Amino acid sequence: MSRLAGFAILTLALVMALTACDQEPMANQPKYETYEAAPEWPDDQSARVPVAGTVPRDAPVELAVSETLPMPLTRELLERGQAQFNIYCSPCHARTGYGNGMIVQRGFPSPPSFHTDRLRNAPLRHFYDVITDGYGVMYSYADRVPPHDRWAIAAYIQALQLSQYAELDDLTEEQRTELRQHDTSATQPPISAGQEGHQ
Amino acid sequence: MPQIFPRRANSLVSMALWGGAFGVVILILVAVTIGSSAHDTGVYTTPEQPVPFSHEHHVSGLGLDCQYCHTGVEKSDFAGLPPTYTCMTCHSQLWTNAEMLEPVRQSLKRDEPIEWVRVHDLPDFTYFSHRAHVNNGVGCESCHGRVDEMPITSQRKPLTMQWCLSCHRNPEPNLRPADKITAMGYDPAKDGIPGHELLERYAIRKDNLTECVTCHR
Repeated sequence: MSRLAGFAILTLALVMALTACDQEPMANQPKYETYEAAPEWPDDQSARVPVAGTVPRDAPVELAVSETLPMPLTRELLERGQAQFNIYCSPCHARTGYGNGMIVQRGFPSPPSFHTDRLRNAPLRHFYDVITDGYGVMYSYADRVPPHDRWAIAAYIQALQLSQYAELDDLTEEQRTELRQHDTSATQPPISAGQEGHQ
Repeated sequence: MPQIFPRRANSLVSMALWGGAFGVVILILVAVTIGSSAHDTGVYTTPEQPVPFSHEHHVSGLGLDCQYCHTGVEKSDFAGLPPTYTCMTCHSQLWTNAEMLEPVRQSLKRDEPIEWVRVHDLPDFTYFSHRAHVNNGVGCESCHGRVDEMPITSQRKPLTMQWCLSCHRNPEPNLRPADKITAMGYDPAKDGIPGHELLERYAIRKDNLTECVTCHR
């Protein structure tokens, strides 16, 4: 009897040892990872396109797009706008907003400079709308830049526009001191970030 | 009583015992070496893609930020592959006749996705979140290597549990400030804010990082 039990245990151990070697089913389980192909499904895709008009469950209810900035203008908002502008807009518009970014240097049609009278007087909503719908050869960024970030970028563009027409008096005493240290030719007007991008 | 074993049996037994022990050690060494070899971890795996997309050209040459295409990285577990529309944002105007880009144009025309081949594939029993990493000071480069130097994308890190844990146990030397997450060639040790300071800034609790459930659930 004990001999039989011993044999059974040995067999079991051997079977377990052998099955333990093959880890493939654990690493590739019968479930879909993000974007994994799903044969037999439309387009062989496991990721389905949401029904037209689908909104995220936690999306704010927005019946109409606000005419002006719908959130308080804070330093955080401008910094967010700067970061997003540098990611999505600067390839063409350049970090300075003069419209001579790297993609333009490689042959993409040049966008207008943000520092023209027309765009300096454009309402904030104009920039929001262009990001949403595109403009001319510029594609829509609606699926890349969510509404909050569009407002942040629009606000930052206005900050960028102001920067090109900043007066010495607009700076704090601290900034003026810093500027004088950097600027050896004191007779020149202050150079804002971006002057080097001017064509 | 006569002797059952000849005299040389002594040395034979001793040799068998030592040889056996030595054999086991060799076996373990071989197993560990194979397990951590490039063959097994997939380091330098460079699958052929439907379009020979060059990260080197787009990142290093043009200065595009990773997020320009991988828009989901700070909001989602998955960084996201760009839809064809993103490619065509520029390529509707640039290289419009390049043969290399024919699959991209066809994809837009037929409204069919391009079938990119996955380069970094973790086992299904691990749950990696891009959002959790890039919002807490881990840069793209830490896991993906110098993408800006890859004409064709390949895997550069072993992605083994041992490798993940080496950072989860001691994250400080790999942390970056928020504005350097997508930077390439950034050296946290040389250029940056000290790791322990960033650990505080991101409010990272190290005791959680090595819990099983952090990655396996």
